[in-house]
Amino acid sequence: MQEYLLEARQMQALSLGVHIPLVCFGIAFPAMVLFAEGLWLRTGDPAYKALAKRWSKVMLILFAIGVVTGTILSFELGLLWPEFMRRWGEVFGVAFALEGVSFFVEAIFIAIYVYGWDRLSPRAHIMSGIPIVVSGFTGAAFVISVNGWMNNPSGFDVEGGEVVNVRPFEALFNSNVWHELIHMYLAGFLVAGFLVAGVYAVAALKGKRGTYYRAGLVIPLAIVALAAPAQMVVGDWAARTIAEEQPTKLAALEGLDETTEGAGLTAGGIYVDGKVYGGIEIPNLLSLLAFHDPNAEIQGLDAVPEEDRPPVAIVRNSFQVMVGIGTFLAAVSAWFLWARWRRSSLPGSKWFLRAVVAAGPLSVVALIAGWITTEVGRQPWIVYEFMRTEEAVTGADGIPIGYATITAVYVALAAVAFVLLRRIAREGPEAELHEGAGNFEALP
Amino acid sequence: MAELAAIVLVVGLTAYAVLGGADFGAGFWDLTAGGAERGSRVRGMVKRSMGPVWEANHVWLIFVLVVMWTCFPPAFAAIMETLYVPIFLAGMGIILRGAAFALRGEAATIGEARALGATFALSSVLTPFFLGAAIGAVAAGEVPAGEPGDAIASWTGAVPLLAGVTAVMTGAFLAAVFMASDSVRAELPDLVAAFRTRALGAGVVAGALAIGGLFIVKADVPDLFDGLTEGAGLVAVLASGAGGVATLWLVWTGRFAVARYSAAVAVGSILVGLAVAQSPDFLPGELTFADAAAGDSTLLAALVSVAVGLAVILPSLALLFRLTLAGKLDPDFHPIGSSKDER
Repeated sequence: MQEYLLEARQMQALSLGVHIPLVCFGIAFPAMVLFAEGLWLRTGDPAYKALAKRWSKVMLILFAIGVVTGTILSFELGLLWPEFMRRWGEVFGVAFALEGVSFFVEAIFIAIYVYGWDRLSPRAHIMSGIPIVVSGFTGAAFVISVNGWMNNPSGFDVEGGEVVNVRPFEALFNSNVWHELIHMYLAGFLVAGFLVAGVYAVAALKGKRGTYYRAGLVIPLAIVALAAPAQMVVGDWAARTIAEEQPTKLAALEGLDETTEGAGLTAGGIYVDGKVYGGIEIPNLLSLLAFHDPNAEIQGLDAVPEEDRPPVAIVRNSFQVMVGIGTFLAAVSAWFLWARWRRSSLPGSKWFLRAVVAAGPLSVVALIAGWITTEVGRQPWIVYEFMRTEEAVTGADGIPIGYATITAVYVALAAVAFVLLRRIAREGPEAELHEGAGNFEALP
Repeated sequence: MAELAAIVLVVGLTAYAVLGGADFGAGFWDLTAGGAERGSRVRGMVKRSMGPVWEANHVWLIFVLVVMWTCFPPAFAAIMETLYVPIFLAGMGIILRGAAFALRGEAATIGEARALGATFALSSVLTPFFLGAAIGAVAAGEVPAGEPGDAIASWTGAVPLLAGVTAVMTGAFLAAVFMASDSVRAELPDLVAAFRTRALGAGVVAGALAIGGLFIVKADVPDLFDGLTEGAGLVAVLASGAGGVATLWLVWTGRFAVARYSAAVAVGSILVGLAVAQSPDFLPGELTFADAAAGDSTLLAALVSVAVGLAVILPSLALLFRLTLAGKLDPDFHPIGSSKDER
């Protein structure tokens, strides 16, 4: 039956890996666009309008690709994991129904907003953007709810192997929703913010000046400068929740083999074959972070049989990558805040701009590493401690062909999207400054 | 409550078939518009018509999937296990169609625009074919509730293939009617004439497929045929026929704005008819809606969520369509792919 478990998991991971960065733009970009439009309405400076229009054009493209890559995810839930859906669909499905509602609202108002430029009154236009921001948040909340549920299932009983007494709203508001949601929401702002800021940091390095370029850099940086420090606090909250609910995952995050009182934390380094190379050991820190008590007992991997442990190397190394990059992002943010506070201007150094350019792709790496941490850290379970991933997978023998096909499609899509989006990024604001109507018809 | 959930499912599927189907149909006309010069005006209209609405229309598919796996999980799992080939191919088509449509506006050279345009158009035809074939396979009773059916034979029988082709042609018919009406609004008489001809042609072909298809259904799946020719199933079939004839007459006489609605009835009734004909079975001969249904607490939660959702979505959709039909969201019209600047 489970001949192609690994291929199915990789196919799912690839599909999620493509979709999640797009979700970040769905979460964060509308707020940035509205902020720029608000500046235009307040100041009357056409540079802000040009920026908002340019961003909304990119927002629509990324939303469209997000829509279709999200659709394939809902196909894959059934195509790859039919037993998971058969058995548990009735428990967590309502969250997706509500997510569908959010998605509808988002799709409707993004069309009204983007195609309504210069056709709706300025007030009606900016108002039409607000539902996009709200539905971006609620949509993320409901999807995250399902993920939180997979990691800490609740809202049902099992009697004689059957799922009974389903309580859908209890499943919906499981204990993981809040910290996962805030963590992902902030991550959305960090990824979208740093990637957009990176475009204008490149322009600044090339010597482009003026309100358009400056606002394009400062608006996203102001957002990430708030999100990055907050993300560290939320990360701590997430880790403490994991310590209580998924101790095995915490042990994998830290590569902790044996149950230990007053466990230390090894920062950095690479985990290979059960050992950490090159990390810095800080005594008692893990216990302190996880339970706010330096002598607390931390459950090690040895507490569960080997077949119930996740692959530690992937989980721990991904976690370290996420934390390391997150720290870098916070440092860049601090640099920005410090300069704003001291001189109320951007840091003058070219190294700051270079750091912002690097932060964009790095934030995507951190995002994916974070998802690998939580999802691989959940293994071998698809529904934590209730269903193993191998029990859920399809028996279809076409999986390798499907995996190869979707890989080819996504590689081609990424290449085309990259080339065309880079072209948009390189264009100056002239098109938006001079054109009258909100048409996006730069066709040959 | 299972019945109510089934109704919600069928309504969602019908909405997708009409609204999403028309967007795929627009791609059909893009594909068949002819050479770059000759087809550029039709292609420009396709882009202009679809632009503001296709994403919202697409969400009906998500709606259908979500309602299905929440309210009828065993049926969803069984369909996905047996029909994974056409459904996966439809998924790839959805990605290519949407991404190519979104990106084609950024093409800088004619070569790029043509490559993206061809990807968009071809996947617009293949996607509804595979989705239609999957629906046809379910209606034909090819999906077992237990061990999965054959991955290929399940959807390559006459009825599923017919359903696939019908899905393509009904979409093309809807798109032509809708775009004829859009062309009137855009004051482009040459395109009104072009889509009028297409609407009439596609209407005749789709009608012939539907009528001819009934004979294939009679031969291959007699139970389904019986369901379609008695009671509520017969009403739906007659409604579809009447809608089709009315649309042809309205298009012939140039009343495109009204023809939108009769065309929607013609196509929507086919799906309603299929659902009625096979009820109370979800998977004919294998699984009823009642047996496939989730527990009452889930059905209730899902129905309440859908009701609350629709209270938000329907006014929003009404706003979108009102703005669209009032021309408030119309992008400027530009021919696509022509080497001459015809602006």
